Amino acid sequence: MKAMRFLLTLVFGAVMALAASTAQGQTVQINGAGATFPYPIYSKWFAEYNKMHPEVEINYQSIGSGGGIRQLSNQTVFFGATDGPMTPEQQFAAPGPILHLPTVLGAVVPIYNIPGVDTPLKFSGKVLADVIMGKVTKWNDAAIAGLNPGVKLPATDITVAHRSDGSGTTYIFVDYLSKVSPDFKKTVGVATSVNWPVGVGGKGNEGVAGLVKQTPGSIGYVELVYAQQNKIDFGSVQNFDGEFVTASLASVTAAASAAAKAMPKDFRVSITNAPGKGAYPISSFTWLLFYEHPGDRKRAKIMVDFMKWALTEGQKYASDLSYAPLPQEVIALEMDALKRISL
Amino acid sequence: MKTPSSRRSSDDRGFRLGTGFFALLVVLLVAGIFWELYRTSQLSLSKFGFRFWTGKTWDPVSGEFGALPFIWGTLYSSVLAMLISTPIALGIAIFLSELSPRVLRTPLAFLTELLAAIPSIVYGLWGVFVLVPLVRQLQVVTPEWMRKFPLFSGPPLGVGMLSAALILAVMVIPFTSSVAREVLKAVPYTQREAAYALGATRLEAILAALRFGRTGIIGAIILGFGRAVGETMAVTMVIGNNPQITTSLFKPQYTMAAVLANEFTEAADDLYLSALIEIGLVLFIITLIINALSRLLIWQVTREVKVKTTPRPVSTMAFSAPTGAE
Amino acid sequence: MNRTARRKFVSGLVVFLCGLAVAVALVPLFFVFAYVLQKGFSSLNWDFFTKMPKPVGESGGGMANAMLGTLYLIAIASVLAIPVGVVAGVYLSEYGKKPFGSLVRFTADVLNGVPSIVIGIFAYGLAVLPVKHFSALAGGLALGFMMVPIITRTTEELLNLVPGSLREGSLALGATRARAAFSVMLPAALPGIMTGILVALARIAGETAPLLFTAFNNRFFSARLDQPISSLPVQVYTYAVSPYEDWHRQAWAGALVLVGFVFVFSVLARVVTRRLERMHRT
Repeated sequence: MKAMRFLLTLVFGAVMALAASTAQGQTVQINGAGATFPYPIYSKWFAEYNKMHPEVEINYQSIGSGGGIRQLSNQTVFFGATDGPMTPEQQFAAPGPILHLPTVLGAVVPIYNIPGVDTPLKFSGKVLADVIMGKVTKWNDAAIAGLNPGVKLPATDITVAHRSDGSGTTYIFVDYLSKVSPDFKKTVGVATSVNWPVGVGGKGNEGVAGLVKQTPGSIGYVELVYAQQNKIDFGSVQNFDGEFVTASLASVTAAASAAAKAMPKDFRVSITNAPGKGAYPISSFTWLLFYEHPGDRKRAKIMVDFMKWALTEGQKYASDLSYAPLPQEVIALEMDALKRISL
Repeated sequence: MKTPSSRRSSDDRGFRLGTGFFALLVVLLVAGIFWELYRTSQLSLSKFGFRFWTGKTWDPVSGEFGALPFIWGTLYSSVLAMLISTPIALGIAIFLSELSPRVLRTPLAFLTELLAAIPSIVYGLWGVFVLVPLVRQLQVVTPEWMRKFPLFSGPPLGVGMLSAALILAVMVIPFTSSVAREVLKAVPYTQREAAYALGATRLEAILAALRFGRTGIIGAIILGFGRAVGETMAVTMVIGNNPQITTSLFKPQYTMAAVLANEFTEAADDLYLSALIEIGLVLFIITLIINALSRLLIWQVTREVKVKTTPRPVSTMAFSAPTGAE
Repeated sequence: MNRTARRKFVSGLVVFLCGLAVAVALVPLFFVFAYVLQKGFSSLNWDFFTKMPKPVGESGGGMANAMLGTLYLIAIASVLAIPVGVVAGVYLSEYGKKPFGSLVRFTADVLNGVPSIVIGIFAYGLAVLPVKHFSALAGGLALGFMMVPIITRTTEELLNLVPGSLREGSLALGATRARAAFSVMLPAALPGIMTGILVALARIAGETAPLLFTAFNNRFFSARLDQPISSLPVQVYTYAVSPYEDWHRQAWAGALVLVGFVFVFSVLARVVTRRLERMHRT
């Protein structure tokens, strides 16, 4: 008994001491939440920034774009992150004007798991839409086989893996599919959370990648780096000009070039199905969301400094993680926009 | 002037009120939970009314919230889990309280307690990496003719109703069995002695004891059901998270607790959040009714006999008292 | 076969089946334990206990912040729940025969049966929304709410086991009821109550759902009450649903730590209860 009590006091004491010691430093913690799409690069950025500025701890939780927008509107986090720009209703519901700041460019790729198929498959927008809607149900369907002559496709059922949470990645994907398939636009529509006709739900990019990796015959959609880091097969997609393009830094950058020249002031632009040679059709900007007039000046200053770093030095890390760095024109516009945040 | 006895009675009154206040806090807590849930789900309650529970479509985009798929998923998974687990749990309870040699009793009881104490997330982890692939294999080897039946239809995902029911069953077994054991312990030995005196076999004596405590046993089963209904983490990791209503064992479905865990942090608008909280409210009410009912049934048996001389192992109390499943 | 022989056969069969039931139940237990042990043990290294998580995709790193976070959260929960639970238990054992006592007992049992995710929603509305941030305090509150009924019932039952003569003796010597309860009865029941507390702690340490939207999660360790905090179950969950092999390994290690924690506390509880039984028999 005595021993147990002693042990307990020791443990509590140790925890309290540790607490006191960590609270001692002047560390500032800033909480953010949102998209899983850019989580790999954000976690890299925040870790690197913390190495450079140990007193700044930026805690980012990837709960999905929908979550990021919601928590930002509730002001339970200081900043949000999303790959689907906020709708006018969402912006209206927030307690103050919110700035969308693009950070990197990424690609959403169609991942699949077909045992026995080694060559990357080609998808056209319409076929992809039909598969996702559940209209094409077997891998050896004529529609898929027609695009991939010479590939031996099995008669396996197609299982669609989609997001169970509100997701900017979903937004990008359905935005593209709605542009290439009026049927899809009517049946499913464009939003961060849609009513999927068929399929299984996974939480976050991580969840969908995990589902596809473990389920033979499945197809899903994730950010490029998730497919690469987990060595999951993904296909090429037919772009606006008719070419079958595989997602890569070059093809994503090509998709952004037209938009970069005509970037709207609030940076909310869609670059899916972009015209241009070699442009990857399911590309997108991803944004960090900040209040223009946050109450907390100290944190605002820290985040503005961080953004300046991310837009310059931070862009170096993008390509290693298969995100395309921002075009220079966009960065210049953003540096300007940062001034809008009242410090 | 305060006499010693009057001072004592005012002290005693202070004691009663003081401790009573803390006891009141417990009551206020439960009332507070109900009130808070009710208040924040007003938006959804007033907009949908009863339609909420008959609607089949859960579509956050268009603002159409029908919670029937979740009720279906919760009930189906919990009933299945009880069908699988109850015989086993009762078998264990009977074995441990009637049949096992004394020397085996403690270690076996300890082992079943351990099963009850394993956190839900650990079961979930095991479920995802061990159970789901096993179920997927099972689906793959299911012959074509069986797959024609709706009960066995669906692509071989592994995640789905069967995995959820199995994992729930494993989690509920130790729980139900320890409560059933408590009930059986409360049955006076005279019941069994009378049976033996009349020439009963072991089984018949046990059945006599079971008959005496039958309301309590039913209470134990209902408690287990309540635990299955509220289980969150393990279920959400293996059920597939698809709000569809189907009798298929293999197709992914969704439960009330699972949708709360997945969608709460990102309910993007007030109506969505309010709809989710309404689900939480109903979950609360369901578990309240289940607990009240089962407690009543168990109490009926245990109050007849006050045979508590040694303290119950405290760990059983914590884990076998109706624990909030997660 | 005559009736007696048939009855005996059926009896033997059912006895066998019951033994089988025990074996069947223990199979998944063994399975789970063995798997967690095997997978977790290989990933358990010094780094796991001392390092913070690394960015996505980089291997290595550990769950030091998550383990500290769990300790911190259960400390907060205890500070909130133990006083309330113990004193409420004292009330029930002193004045519990009244209808109000039955009400308290009933609501404690109800509270025990509320799914932990619902408690999380309640704590979110109570402690996160009004102040607009996730916090360790909100997480500790949610866990504390779950501890209260266990501690209340344990305290009441153990106090009832203390021989009434102790209370009567102290009252006869002129003590107030308060004194009798807190200075005499409670210390006598303390070992059992402590065990009950430990068991309750072991249980809430493994809870994930109520923390998902109260304590949220944190890449760093923050000891402040008003900041989100990492915890072992939430971290295990986050890693488990990710597609990274390295994170899966760490999830198993975390699961092993959780199971180990529970195991140690269960053994402790058994040992103390055995000692209590011996005490009361003499």
